[in-house]
Amino acid sequence: MRVEPDAASGGNEPEEWFASAKKIYPMATHGTFRRIKWALLFITLGLYYFLPFIRWDRGPNAPDQAILIDLEGRRAYFFFIEIWPQEVYYLTGLLIIAALALFLMNAVAGRIWCGYLCPQTVWTDLFMWVERKIEGDRRERIALDKAPMSLSKLAKRTAKHTSWLMIAWWTGGAWVLYFSDAPTLVYDLATFQAPWAAYLWIAILTATTYLLAGFMREQVCIYMCPWPRIQAALTDEKALNVTYRWDRGEPRGPLKRNKELAEQGLPAGDCIDCAQCYHVCPTGVDIRGGLQLDCIQCGLCIDACDNVMTKVGKPTGLIGYDTDENIQRRLDGKDPVYEIVRPRTVIYAAVIAIAGAIMLYALLTRDFAGISTLHDRNPIFVTQNDGSIRNGFTVRLMNKRTHDRSFLLNVEGMPAGSRIEAVGIDHYFEGRPYVVVGPDQTREIRVLVYSPQDMKLPSSTPITFRLTDTVMGEVVTTKDFFKAP
Amino acid sequence: MTDTHKKEVDALSGVETTGHEWDGLRELNNPLPKWWLYVFYACIVWAIGYWIVYPSWPLLSSYTTGVMGNSQRADALAAVDAGRAARAEIGTKLVDATLEDISSTPALLDFAMANGRAAFGDNCSACHGSGGTGFVGYPNLQDDGWIWGGTLDDIHTTLKYGIRSGHDEARIGEMPAYGRDELLEKDQITQVANFVASKAGLETEAGVDLAAGEVVYQENCAACHGEDLKGLREVGAPNLVGANYLYGKSLAAIKAQINNPRAGVMPAWEGRLDPATVKSLAVYVHSFGGGE
Repeated sequence: MRVEPDAASGGNEPEEWFASAKKIYPMATHGTFRRIKWALLFITLGLYYFLPFIRWDRGPNAPDQAILIDLEGRRAYFFFIEIWPQEVYYLTGLLIIAALALFLMNAVAGRIWCGYLCPQTVWTDLFMWVERKIEGDRRERIALDKAPMSLSKLAKRTAKHTSWLMIAWWTGGAWVLYFSDAPTLVYDLATFQAPWAAYLWIAILTATTYLLAGFMREQVCIYMCPWPRIQAALTDEKALNVTYRWDRGEPRGPLKRNKELAEQGLPAGDCIDCAQCYHVCPTGVDIRGGLQLDCIQCGLCIDACDNVMTKVGKPTGLIGYDTDENIQRRLDGKDPVYEIVRPRTVIYAAVIAIAGAIMLYALLTRDFAGISTLHDRNPIFVTQNDGSIRNGFTVRLMNKRTHDRSFLLNVEGMPAGSRIEAVGIDHYFEGRPYVVVGPDQTREIRVLVYSPQDMKLPSSTPITFRLTDTVMGEVVTTKDFFKAP
Repeated sequence: MTDTHKKEVDALSGVETTGHEWDGLRELNNPLPKWWLYVFYACIVWAIGYWIVYPSWPLLSSYTTGVMGNSQRADALAAVDAGRAARAEIGTKLVDATLEDISSTPALLDFAMANGRAAFGDNCSACHGSGGTGFVGYPNLQDDGWIWGGTLDDIHTTLKYGIRSGHDEARIGEMPAYGRDELLEKDQITQVANFVASKAGLETEAGVDLAAGEVVYQENCAACHGEDLKGLREVGAPNLVGANYLYGKSLAAIKAQINNPRAGVMPAWEGRLDPATVKSLAVYVHSFGGGE
C-alpha cells in the first residue's frame, strides 16, 4: 500500500530538525562578582601552574617535590603524606568529601563550583579575556566575524589563536610536572630529552584546553557535563541561586514607558529590558527565564544589572543571589529570610566532618610497616623424614619509612617446639628471623615453618605472622594457616 | 515496488528516495557520509600498497613475500636467538661459578631460579610433579629425605649423570631380588620385612619372630642400609626409618621391595640440557626447602 507523503507527515510543512549552536559573544562587565572571579582565577591557575615547583624535604631517599605522583615508583606524595598504591582508598575518601562539598555548596549557594571554580569555567574565562584584548568586546567581535578576511582580521585571528595555544600548551606543560621532578623535567623538555609520554601528554592537554576553552565553551557545560542535571535535583527553595527578582522587575519595559505607566498608577517593573544581563552571560542565558540548566551561576549578570540599575537611579539587586522562597514571601508582603543553617546543610556539613575525621584518623594511625603472606599451593605441606610437617610461605615485608628498618619475624599459634626458618637470612634472635628492609621498599622472603616432630596437628591451624620493628617497636600482623595431612 | 524511473522526493525531509518501500516506510537515498567514503577509498589504496610491501596473496605452494621480505616466523626465531644471546653472558658466568657462589650472588641466584623453574616445568615435572612432591617411585624433592644426598653438589651430580641412566658416571645402586632370585627363604623375608616395619613404626604381623628378622637383616641388609637402618647414600641405600618411602610405606610394600625390588631410572641431563640449565635446576630443586 502506498501512503501519500502528505498523509504521513500530517500535511505539515517540512520542519527544521537541526539547529547548530548559536555563537555566543559575551560582553565585558565589571563589579563585585567579576572581581571575585578574577581573584579565584588567579588563585586556582596560580596553584595549578606553580604547585609542582614547591619543594618539600623528605630526606635522602625520597623525592623533594611537595606534590608528586610517581607512577614509575608507584608512589604519590602530598607534602607530608606518602601514599602507596594499596592506600589508594585515601583518594576514594577525598573524592567522597569532594562530592559532599559540592552538595553543600549547592545547598548553600547553588552552582558555586560551576560559576567560579570549575576548570572549564576558569580557562574559558581566561580565553575570553585574551579574545577581548585582541579582538575587542562583543560588538567588535560580531562585526569582525561578519567582516571579509583582511590583513587586520588575519592578524587579530593569528594573535588570538597563538595566545590561546600558548596558554593551552602551558596548561599541558604544567600537567606533566605533577608526574616527575618539575625542574628536571622542565630542563629535559627544553633540551628535548624528556620521555615521549611527557610530550604526548602535553600535546593531548594542549589540544583539549584549546578546543574546550576556545571553541566548545558553554557547550561543555550544557551538553557534556552531568552536573547541571544533578544540581537540579539537589537545589531547593531555600538555596541561594542567581535569581531575577521578577516580583520587582515585571512587567518589564523601556525606562521611559515604564515611568509613564508608573505615573499613571499602572503596574510597571524595574527591568528596563536592556539585554545587558544576557549579553554578558558566558552561556548566553536570559536569567529572567528563571533557574535553568544552562545557567552556571557565575554572577556576571548581577554585576551587569547592578551597573545599569545604578545608572538609571534604581536600587541594585534586581538580579542577585536569592532563594525561591523569598520571591514568594515578597509577593506575600513578608520579609525575606535567609536560612543557610538548616537540616540539609547541617547534615551535609556533618557528613563531611565525619568523613574527614575518619580520613584523618586513618591517616594518623596508619601503618608504616606491612606484611602479607602467600601460602605455598604446591605442595600445601611437606612431611619431613623425621615426621614433622613443613609449610612454605612467600612473605612480603613492607617498609614505608625512608630509612632502613630491621624487623623480627615471628609466627604465633603454632605448638611449642615449632620452628621458623627464613631462606637466605643468617641472623636469628631467639629463633626469630632478623630481617632488614631497605628505605621505602618491600622485601620478599621465603619462610618455612616446621611443626614439632611426633605431634599430630589438625588439618588446618590458624597462625599469625607478627612483624616487629626492633627499634621503633611498630608491630604489624597478618593471618594465615598451617596445613597438615 | 514503485516506478524507479521517476525521481521521488520525500516531502518531510526533502531527500530523494530509493523507491524501496516496506509497509509504507520508504527508504531515503541519503549518500554515504563523505568522510566515510574517503576513508574507504584510502583503505583501498592502502591495501594495494600493503600487497606490495607485505606477504599477502597465497599461491599454490607458497605465497607472495612482499618487497620487504617480512616474515613473522623469521622475527620470532631472531627473537629466540636474541634471547639466547642475551642469556649467554650470565649463562657463562653461571657455568663458571661454583654452586655456593650462585647461592650468595643475587644476580646469579635470580637467573638460576627463573631458569630452573622453567626447566623444571619442561623436563622434571612429568615424573616429580609440578610442585616437586613426586609420586610413588618418583622421589619427593621437597622433603629432607635424600637417597643420594641433598647438598647442592649431590643434587647437581644426580641431575648431570642420572641414576641407573646408562651414563658412565651414573649413580648405580642395586637392591638384590631376595625373593625372585631365591636368596632368602619366604619365612626369612616375612621376618626381615616385619623387623624393618617395626623399626619404621608400622604395624607388624602377629606371631612373627622379629629377633630372627633382625638376624636376617644384619646378615643381608645392614651392609648397605646400615646397622641402624638409616641407609647409606654412597650406594643409594634408602633410610628405612624415615617418614617417606620411595615405593610406599607399608608392610606389603616392604615385602614387595625385598621379593622383587623396583629400581627406577633418573635420566642423565648432561648433553640433553646445557650446563647452565643443569646448574640452575640444582639450585632450584635445592631451594624447595629440603636442600642441605
